[in-house]
Amino acid sequence: MAEQSLSTAAAATTASPPWARGERVVHIDKLWSIFGEGDSAFAVHQDLDLDIYRGEMLSIVGGSGTGKTVLLRQILGLLHPGKGSVQVLGHPAAEMGGEGAASRVGMLFQQGALYSAFNVLDNVAFPLRELGTLPRELVDAAALVKLQMVGLKPEHATRMPADLSGGMIKRVALARALIMDPPLLLLDEPTAGLDPNGSDEFCALLRELHAELDLTVVMVTHDLDTLFALSSRVAVLAEKKVLVTGTPQDVAAYPHPFIEHFFQGERGRRAMAPAPSGSAPEGGK
Amino acid sequence: MIASPPQLQRHTAPDGAWAVLQGRWGAADFGDRAHWARVQAQLKAAPAAADLGWNLQGVEWLDHVGAQLLWQHWQGRWPARLQATAGQKAMLQRVERFAVTAVPRTAPHPVREAVESLGCMVIQGREHLLAMVQLIGQLVLDVLRLLRAPLRGPWRDVSGHLYNMGAMALPITALVGFLIGVVLAYLMSLQLRQFGAEAFIVNILGISLIRELGPLLGAILVAGRTGSAITAQIGVMRVTEELDAMQVMGIPQGFRLVMPRALALAVAMPLIALWTTLAALAGGMMAADMTMGISAAFFMQSLPEAVEVGNLWLAMGKSVVFGVFIALIGCHWGLRVEPNTQSLGQGTTASVVSAITMVIVVDAIFAILFRNVGF
Repeated sequence: MAEQSLSTAAAATTASPPWARGERVVHIDKLWSIFGEGDSAFAVHQDLDLDIYRGEMLSIVGGSGTGKTVLLRQILGLLHPGKGSVQVLGHPAAEMGGEGAASRVGMLFQQGALYSAFNVLDNVAFPLRELGTLPRELVDAAALVKLQMVGLKPEHATRMPADLSGGMIKRVALARALIMDPPLLLLDEPTAGLDPNGSDEFCALLRELHAELDLTVVMVTHDLDTLFALSSRVAVLAEKKVLVTGTPQDVAAYPHPFIEHFFQGERGRRAMAPAPSGSAPEGGK
Repeated sequence: MIASPPQLQRHTAPDGAWAVLQGRWGAADFGDRAHWARVQAQLKAAPAAADLGWNLQGVEWLDHVGAQLLWQHWQGRWPARLQATAGQKAMLQRVERFAVTAVPRTAPHPVREAVESLGCMVIQGREHLLAMVQLIGQLVLDVLRLLRAPLRGPWRDVSGHLYNMGAMALPITALVGFLIGVVLAYLMSLQLRQFGAEAFIVNILGISLIRELGPLLGAILVAGRTGSAITAQIGVMRVTEELDAMQVMGIPQGFRLVMPRALALAVAMPLIALWTTLAALAGGMMAADMTMGISAAFFMQSLPEAVEVGNLWLAMGKSVVFGVFIALIGCHWGLRVEPNTQSLGQGTTASVVSAITMVIVVDAIFAILFRNVGF
């Protein structure tokens, strides 16, 4: 799949940071996200800059209310920048919607956002059916391939979303997000609501698909295990901008109250710890 | 995005015939009708044959749909000669690995299905009837509870519903009532004039509007407006688990959700009926003045003689029943909504349809029971 061409190839190379292997897929420049009007207006992002490069798995972390989901929605073009610009695959994010949007960006919503009136197969095939040209057998076959790629069985195709478990809903939603092989995949809390086992499996699946399909993945997550398991780079949102980006280990060492709280808390230490050894940790019961 | 369309060309090389693919072979590119038609024609001209080689190296972009298309065109077999990049081969292998012969579909049996759906309808009808009776019984119990401790009732809810269901419905009911009054008076004036009985317009309009049409029109409008709103409100509460939360906290749904709405509509409905009737009479009065020269003063003077006041009490009485039924039916369907979008839509539709039907049935019952009142 190396034959995919993106039009932003040239600009990214100047002063490229070490992780910038490829071209910029997302380019956010001095973004202001403003809510409300008049006196009650407030900015969630102020002069936020962020570049996302091809092939990386970027996690966006931050406290509640720092605008992680707002940033995802800006990239999707569901919100419009108050000031500044958001460029996705070389085009303004606002133009991402409309015809063929599913072939540019895939989005896995937190609750799956499956259509409850459609069965699994029709949910996955929905973007292809909407094209209106492809014959039914081709669409069904393509949807079944994607279903199996995310670890579901063909028998699941005729089930309704209401009959699925949380993990299966995530998988179906992922299959739908990938149905047109978009180069960019956005995930909102991919492992929220899954049990530890299910969330490990889902992480493994995401890692596999990322390698297999040459995806650029951007995710918002609170789950440190997921963060360390998946991300090649972390962007920390605080003080209305991207505070720092880097590998999870680099970011964890950055001196800032939020980061210390987030990574050096009990959960953070546990997630960052190397493989558990036989000896009991300090303060064990 | 600038896209080069998918192309397939046949070339003859020293080592045999080749089908050479170029451009973007992706789902989005097949979405263009012209591209898709051309691709189909070109594929048809290059049927999978043993002596035809396939060269995919010039393809700009291939996705799983494109790979699936090729795989189906090759009838599920690898061509003898294939030139492709490693990524393309991996994709085709994935398509091969996950190929499923047929989508599992269960064919419906027509006769059995019809019998089953009839049975389901009967059983469901019985369930709805039972649930309705339960709801009425619960409402009676809740009202008794309210009468025992009136100060602890959900009065804020009641007043909020009164405003939303009653006051907010005044403009639309007035408009519809007024127009119906104008239409009725105008049409009747044409008939009455033939018999020289213009003065009887007061009797006809008075009886029909006050006794029947005013309450009925108001109730149908309220059923559409408020019945659907009640079902949607309670239905969304089911979808977002607010109803479950209420139950867990031990707050009775009947007392907090159903009774305030039923009470509010029981109070608001007769007032809306009266208001609609007044608007319709005003419309009729105006039309009678314009078409037959019957002055408003004469109209108002002869109205009390033409229509007994019993008609008004009857109209108010049945409006109370309409209101309670509209609220109960709205709540009934709202409480039965399942947590998905389709069910919410079905529930709202069913609520409005059954509320309007119920209004007309109740109206017919009243017409028979009270046939001696008001004449």
